[in-house]
Amino acid sequence: MQELGKAELNSTRIIRQDDNRVIIEKDLDTEYMVLSMGPQHPSTHGVLRLECITDGEVVVEAEPYLGYLHRCFEKYCEKIDYPAIVPYTDRMDYLAGMNTELAYCITVEKLLDIEIPRRVEFIRVITAELNRIASHLVAIGTYGIDLGAFTPFLFCFRDREIILNLLEWISGARMLYNYVWIGGLSYDVPADFKKRVDEFVSYFKPKVVELRELLTENEIFVKRTKGIGIMPAEVAINYGWSGPMLRGSGVKWDLRRNDPYSIYPELEFDIPVPDGKFSDVGDSLSRHLVRALEIDESLKIIEQCLDKMPEVAGFDPRAVIPKRIRPKAGEVYGRAENPRGEVGFYIVSDGKSTKPLRCKARSSCFVNLSAMKDLSKGQLIPDLVAIIGSIDIVLGEVDR
Amino acid sequence: MDKAMEEAGNIMSAMVQESKAAYDIIRERFGEAVSEFDANPTMPFFEVLDTARWVDIALFMRDDARLKFNCMACLSGVDYLEEGKLGIVCNFESIGQYTHRIAVKVKCQRDGGSIPSVSCVWHTANWHEREAYDMYGMVFDGHPDLRRILCPEDWTGFPLRKDYQVQETYHGIKVPY
Amino acid sequence: MGLLDARISNRNVLVTSVDNVMNWARLSSLWPMGFGLACCAIEMMATNASNYDLERFGIFPRSSPRQSDLMIVAGTVTMKMAERVITLYEQMPEPRYVLSMGSCSNCGGPYWNHGYHVLKGVDRVIPVDVYVPGCPPRPEALIGGLMKIQELIRMEGIGLSRQDALKKLAEKSVDPQQVIDQARKVATA
Repeated sequence: MQELGKAELNSTRIIRQDDNRVIIEKDLDTEYMVLSMGPQHPSTHGVLRLECITDGEVVVEAEPYLGYLHRCFEKYCEKIDYPAIVPYTDRMDYLAGMNTELAYCITVEKLLDIEIPRRVEFIRVITAELNRIASHLVAIGTYGIDLGAFTPFLFCFRDREIILNLLEWISGARMLYNYVWIGGLSYDVPADFKKRVDEFVSYFKPKVVELRELLTENEIFVKRTKGIGIMPAEVAINYGWSGPMLRGSGVKWDLRRNDPYSIYPELEFDIPVPDGKFSDVGDSLSRHLVRALEIDESLKIIEQCLDKMPEVAGFDPRAVIPKRIRPKAGEVYGRAENPRGEVGFYIVSDGKSTKPLRCKARSSCFVNLSAMKDLSKGQLIPDLVAIIGSIDIVLGEVDR
Repeated sequence: MDKAMEEAGNIMSAMVQESKAAYDIIRERFGEAVSEFDANPTMPFFEVLDTARWVDIALFMRDDARLKFNCMACLSGVDYLEEGKLGIVCNFESIGQYTHRIAVKVKCQRDGGSIPSVSCVWHTANWHEREAYDMYGMVFDGHPDLRRILCPEDWTGFPLRKDYQVQETYHGIKVPY
Repeated sequence: MGLLDARISNRNVLVTSVDNVMNWARLSSLWPMGFGLACCAIEMMATNASNYDLERFGIFPRSSPRQSDLMIVAGTVTMKMAERVITLYEQMPEPRYVLSMGSCSNCGGPYWNHGYHVLKGVDRVIPVDVYVPGCPPRPEALIGGLMKIQELIRMEGIGLSRQDALKKLAEKSVDPQQVIDQARKVATA
């Protein structure tokens, strides 16, 4: 093939092919267009801005811009006492307040080296798992909206409201609880707690099946998500992915098992990993599937905890909370499995002050989102929406 | 002396012992470039003294068959005001290979100091290093895209430094109250 | 609902002022911009969803500022976001209303002290009509705030400025303390 000449007009090229035929070829390359998605965009799950360089409908590169919700969490930690940080951890990951509180509290407890009463551990796990279900329901519901299915959103929020009512009944707040405290809990659970959670579990079990039939097995939904945004396991690990994102890539990694905390070693539950039959391993559908299956596992955990939870007459959940929290000098990195992955806290104490010298929050979404550039390469713009939805970001946690 | 060391070793938990074993492999390879092992029970760590070799150490940690620290869990910037230094603390683990974990510290001068970037070794480091730069102002040599990530591009000062003073106004909006 | 309460004659002829009809139409199709910032946005979503169902008030989130008459500032406004909020506000057609939802957008909330990057109240950059307190406010509180906006719309009229409408609203409003006292008296009697 040999290029004979180029006409400026219409950007046509005259080419002699290998078999000596001369053809005139029109150059159909288009100019790249920069398309800005966000910070106010209905499908970015918050104030995220994606700057997409597009070639027609194909995304050449998508660069996320964050910081629109940077609320100075780490600065606050250096200015306030250890127990006062707990409400701010709520506001960090506002969809899973209980889980983030738990992650922070077990980190400080590691530094303090105190033993927690068994009943407190059970209550913590139950509330954390309830919150995990609520968080996954939002993730699944809004993922449906992103792909044009509005009804699952209403179904999810109907059931989430029941969990929120339960947690409000326990802690006094619907979303941002300040319930798990360093060394204990703010209050013991009310008298009917076991009964009401049990009622919820038996109510919710058929609803999970309903949701699966409605969304996960929906033909249109599967078509939109299967094979989109595939992430191989090694790359996912190198990116530091965690939680359902990493498990969606086929890596059986769950901090509740691999770095056990609280009473998780005593409980029986599976770690759902896609087997490649229903979805391609590592694609958006796998990530959604893992979340959907995790709801079942969380229900299993709650049931076991309700059975095993010791009843203590006149139980005081604040009994072992130190009067003044002033850990000895040292540093610690503690973490827990949140609905979105590993949330870790790196805390440095100087041994003199009641405030941490440094408290860094390792956010799961921040790390998961950093792979966006790789994930979006060569995808169509509508598929980009499917990929962002499958990452399930909470901007409060990304920007902190 | 040896006896005291042995006793100290016995007290070490299984987790710390694993980290110690991993550290020994790194020490054997890099010698004086890394500091002594700090066997505290909450977060065992060592420090990279020769910062120029940090990328070599990182690659060795990731690729050596006995270590396989394939995942960087966290990278935090820290301000050591008393020492006049800035630093990073990285937590590593090995997903699917071993159960050991270790933390590494790298420090640099407070004013105009720089640390080699490991974003080519672990992708996680890319955004975390940008964040550390945004908050503390240390430069990461060889970083592909070192810009502010959380604060706006035209923000002045590095917020998490201990001596940070908030700017009075930003684009005509009063900042502190 | 001023118009619906009025008796409609059997010939379906209705005599009323233009102001009334327009206000009725506007207040019963109040379209907010689907614009979430932080934690409060989740409560706003919950208010839109099944249990609280905002659509029964004719309130339905729109994706574009060009189509919306109400901006619900749901969450913390940061320095980086402040300019975007102003842009979005300016893109909305008149008449437009702003509801500040939650402590953060009212005054900076828990990030008041050391939040170097947090705007201490959205009213420093755009005018706000109704403030809803809470961290985050319950859906009921948000609905209450939206009904306040409806009350404000009801007081408006052609050629009447927003200030005049607010004055009119203040004149017509009832002191809640009196109502509470009266209800208590009835309850105790």
